[in-house]
Amino acid sequence: MLSVKNIETWYDLIRALHGISFEIKEGAIVALLGSNGAGKSTTLKTIMRLLDDDQPEKGTIEFMGRRIDRLDTEEIVRMGISYVPEGREVFPELTVMENILMGAYTRRDRKGVQEDIETVFGHFPILKQRAGQQAGHLSGGEQQMLAIGRALMSRPKLLMLDEPSLGLSPLLTREIFSIIRDINERGVTILLVEQNVNMALKYSTFAYLMENGRIVRADKPEVLREDEDVKEFYLGVATEQSVKGYKRYRRKVRFR
Amino acid sequence: MIEQLVVEGLAIGACYGLFGIAVAIIYKTSEVVNFAQGEMGMVATFVAFHILTVYHVPFWLAFVLTLLFAAALGALIQTCFLRPAKDPTVLGLIIITLGAEMLLMGLAGWKWGAEQKDFPFILSVQKTREIAPGLELNEWSMGVFVLSAVIMLILFLFFRYSRLGIAMRATQQNVNAAKVMGIKVERVFAITWAMSSVIGAVAAMFFAARSVLDPNFMMEPFMRAFAAAVLGGLTSIPGVVAGGLIMGIVENVFGYRWPEWKPIVAFVVIVLILTLKPSGLFAKHFVKKV
Repeated sequence: MLSVKNIETWYDLIRALHGISFEIKEGAIVALLGSNGAGKSTTLKTIMRLLDDDQPEKGTIEFMGRRIDRLDTEEIVRMGISYVPEGREVFPELTVMENILMGAYTRRDRKGVQEDIETVFGHFPILKQRAGQQAGHLSGGEQQMLAIGRALMSRPKLLMLDEPSLGLSPLLTREIFSIIRDINERGVTILLVEQNVNMALKYSTFAYLMENGRIVRADKPEVLREDEDVKEFYLGVATEQSVKGYKRYRRKVRFR
Repeated sequence: MIEQLVVEGLAIGACYGLFGIAVAIIYKTSEVVNFAQGEMGMVATFVAFHILTVYHVPFWLAFVLTLLFAAALGALIQTCFLRPAKDPTVLGLIIITLGAEMLLMGLAGWKWGAEQKDFPFILSVQKTREIAPGLELNEWSMGVFVLSAVIMLILFLFFRYSRLGIAMRATQQNVNAAKVMGIKVERVFAITWAMSSVIGAVAAMFFAARSVLDPNFMMEPFMRAFAAAVLGGLTSIPGVVAGGLIMGIVENVFGYRWPEWKPIVAFVVIVLILTLKPSGLFAKHFVKKV
């Protein structure tokens, strides 16, 4: 459905993505994992064309068989990719309802929009209660729900989420993830960027691991979960013991 | 006597408010203070003057044609001058508007000359009507009150209920998120400039009817309307109008008592506001929640 080939993205003189390629199959939940500064968010922004106009410098991005790496953001949205930005980015001085309606900005069918509003309220009942409130007054979790609901309003085929768990309690994180799975079961393909590797591996069907602007692992979550490096550096499970019984100096990552 | 001064002050204040709205609309969307606003209004007024004196069409037709011209002019300046700016900073864009101002002023001087003209406005400042015992109101003031009320009502409904209006507010609050919603933000900016230019042109024609028409005539009203807008807080439209009304009353009452000081009242007010409450009297601002 989405295939990214060999893209390179630069921030002025700094190369953030060193030529990465990956593929997303229809109906999947794909997770893009990695630590701070690995280039996960840059990847999503490159796909959405939110960076400078001449990015990506190299490589191609294809969505449903059509190249989108030189289209405007607005056209990409119309083609069926929806994006939930990191840190929610709701419109603080619009009401919840107006925020949701903005999500349907590209659509003209009033009836369909009404139906989809009901679907969104079905996923997030709390938003219905808050429909008339200013979005800036919502709690962090509610804002995240609003951001996801808003992104669903364009009836996307592919939904890209940038750190949906950012700043949320473990309980809320679980709730958000189970809703993401619900959305997926209704036929929306999902690309997920996460630092919360544990959660992401639990819910995804395929995962890519990024380091320093490169993809270093690509596998099914069951396999990655058992990987020694992933365990130690992302899940915090394995702590190696030296002969003498105290923790050895931190091992270097082997990925390259 | 004082009632008369207040009413006249309110009328000129409504006119400041109207022009202040034009400044505020652009400021709200992009944080750019459009210094070409006055000259955009001036050129539009000259176009009205030209249509009226050369083609002798009825005033209302000329008025409508002028507003169409103003809309085109606003959109044109945005697309030709501001959009191509590479890596625009707010300061850079403000300088661009200053450049546009000088360009428009030169253009008007070249086309219509620097000598002062009378703008044949339909509402006269001289014809008055007694609305209450001892209280007179001229046609011009009535026109200002009615038109500014109508424009405010339209703006309120537009920003509250129309899709484009809400999209404009969304763009103000978060450009990147607006892009992600599929809003063509550049088009939104062009429409903003067109709207602002139209409102500014209406106000400029009223100002021209009170004074004379020459390429410099909008300088002072612009500065005062800007002061009024700052007084009310540049981000809220009702605030700007309230600021305009306050400014009009203060200026008129003060100017009656000490006529030689009248021209500087506006600037004293602007300095006071910027030192005491820089966000303006009525501004509300949303601090981003992390």
